[in-house]
Amino acid sequence: MKIRLIDIAHARSGDKGDTANIGLIARDEKHYPILKKYVTADKVKLFFGEMVEGDVERFELPNLGALNFLLYGALGGGGTKSLMTDAQGKTFAAALLRMEIEIEETV
Amino acid sequence: MVKSMKDKIRIASGQGFFGDLLNAPYDQVTKGPVDYVVMDFLSEVTMSILQKQKQRNPRFGYARDIVTILKEILPICIEKNIKVITNAGGVNPHACAEAISEIAKKQGLNGFRIGVVIGDDILHNIDYFIKRGVDFKNTETGEEFSGVKDKITSANIYFGAFSIVDALSKGAQIVITGRTTDTGLTLAPMIYEFGWKEDDWDKLASGIIAGHIMECGGQATGGNFSADWKSVPNLAEIGFPITEAYPDGTVVITKHENTGGLVSLHTIKEQLLYEMGDPATYITPEVIADFTTIRLEDDGPNRVGMTGVKGRPRTDTYKVSMSYSDGYTAAGSLTYTWPDALEKAQAADKILRKRLENLGLHFEEIRSEFVGVNACHGHLVTIPDHVNEVVLRFGVRSKEFKSVERFGKEIAPLILTGPPSVTGFANGRPRPSEVIAFWPALMPKDVVKPTITIEQL
Repeated sequence: MKIRLIDIAHARSGDKGDTANIGLIARDEKHYPILKKYVTADKVKLFFGEMVEGDVERFELPNLGALNFLLYGALGGGGTKSLMTDAQGKTFAAALLRMEIEIEETV
Repeated sequence: MVKSMKDKIRIASGQGFFGDLLNAPYDQVTKGPVDYVVMDFLSEVTMSILQKQKQRNPRFGYARDIVTILKEILPICIEKNIKVITNAGGVNPHACAEAISEIAKKQGLNGFRIGVVIGDDILHNIDYFIKRGVDFKNTETGEEFSGVKDKITSANIYFGAFSIVDALSKGAQIVITGRTTDTGLTLAPMIYEFGWKEDDWDKLASGIIAGHIMECGGQATGGNFSADWKSVPNLAEIGFPITEAYPDGTVVITKHENTGGLVSLHTIKEQLLYEMGDPATYITPEVIADFTTIRLEDDGPNRVGMTGVKGRPRTDTYKVSMSYSDGYTAAGSLTYTWPDALEKAQAADKILRKRLENLGLHFEEIRSEFVGVNACHGHLVTIPDHVNEVVLRFGVRSKEFKSVERFGKEIAPLILTGPPSVTGFANGRPRPSEVIAFWPALMPKDVVKPTITIEQL
C-alpha cells in the first residue's frame, strides 16, 4: 500500500549553518520499523533533489521511534548569507512529510 | 557553612532566543513554584550584532531585553529567593551587570549578589592564543586561519556550566555570562544543588539534555508542534518549560498549571531532535551526551519523565565561534493578483533580471521565489492551475555594496513599468544588509580560564 509520511510521522527541522536537519518521529512507536526500512538516506536525497546540494546522512534513535537526517548544502549558504525565505530550514520537516512510500506492510 | 542538599529543584526556562516572548519570565516566577529561571539570548548572529553595538557604544553589547525583563521580575526573584542565570551578557557582561545593579538601586533592592562570568570574548587576544600554539583551523573545512584572521569581527569561546557553578558557590543570586552554551545554563543549578562531580558523566549528560529541551522555550511546550498543532490548548498563554531535576540525574519536564500549551511525549521528542547532529555524540564543554540512551515516559498530564541517559568523558577542547563580514544581500517583494497572478509575477521576475543584467551589476547569486505557491517547498509542490495572489520575492547577494544598493532601486519601478494589478511596496527600497560569515574552530581547554567576579548589592 501507498502511504504519505504525514499519516504515520511528525517532524521538526532546523539549521546548522548550511546544513538542515530533520527529525522524523513515528506518531505510534510501532511504526518506527516502517520509517527505518523505507525512509533511507538515499530516498530522502532523491526526494529533495535539487534542493539539497550535498549528501544526506541518517541517524537512528530507536529509543524515541525517530530518525534524524542531515541535509548538507540545503540552505543556500545558511545564516545571513542565504537568500531563501526559509534560510533556517524550518519548513523542511513539513516538506519531508509530503513524501509517499510504497510499503508491503499494512498500517 | 555546609550547604544542605535539596532533593528536588525546579528550573524554569524564561527565554529561548533574543526576541522571545517578554512576559514568559514573569509567568514563570509568578504562576507556580520555581527555584531558578534560566534565559538564553545568544546565537552566532546575535554575538556578531552585539559586538558591533559595543563598537558603537562601549556601554552596549549585551541583550538589552534582560533589562526590561528584570525590571519586572527582580523584586519577585529577591522576595522568593529565585536565582536567575542568563547569557544575556553577550560581549559585555559587566555593562549588563551594571544595568541590573541600577535597576536594583532604583527599586531599593539589596542584600544579594550578582556574579559575572567573562573570558569567553577573545577578539582582542587572538594573537596571544596563536603564540600559545592555537591554530584556529576551520573545523568544518580544514582551512587555515591566516586567510580570515584580519577580517574577524567577533570571537567567542563557548564556556559551559562549571563557571556558573563557581558563581553560585560564591553566593550569586543573579549570574550573567557571555557566550555560555544554552544547555549549560540549565545544567549548572543541578551540579551546584546536588553536588555532582566533574566526572559524573551520566548525570551531567542528563542535565545537558534537559537543557537542550529547555533552550528553545515554548518549542518544547506545544509551540511549532507538527504532530497535531490543532490539539494544543491556549497557545496565546503558553507556559514555558520547567525542568524538575532530581539528584540521581532523572528529570521531569513540565510547565505551570493554568498555562496554555502542551507537554507530551510528542512535544518533547520534537524538541529533542531540533538542531540535532549525530545524536549519540552531542558534544558540550562538560560532557558528550548520548541521545540514543534517553528513556521517556508519560508522567501524567503535562509531565514527561526522562531517565537512562548516558554520557561520555568531555573533550579537551572548547568550541570557538568567530565571525567576519562577507558581502551584502538585499531582498524585496511585490504582490500580484488575479487574473494571471503567477504569470505576472514570473514575467516581472524576467524583466527584473534583464534590467539588472543591462546595468552590468555583479551578483554571486540571484534568487526569486513565488510566496504563496512554492517559495519553501520548491519542486515538491504541484503548481495549482489557479493562484489568486502571489508575492514575488527577489533577493541578491554580492561582495559589492554598490551592486546590492543599486538593485534596491529597481523594485519600485516595476509597479509602473511591468505587469498590472501589482501592489505591496510600502516599505521603501530594500536596503543592503551585511552577510556575516562564521569561522568555527577549537582551542585547548587548558590555555584559557573563565573569570568570575561577584558584586554585593
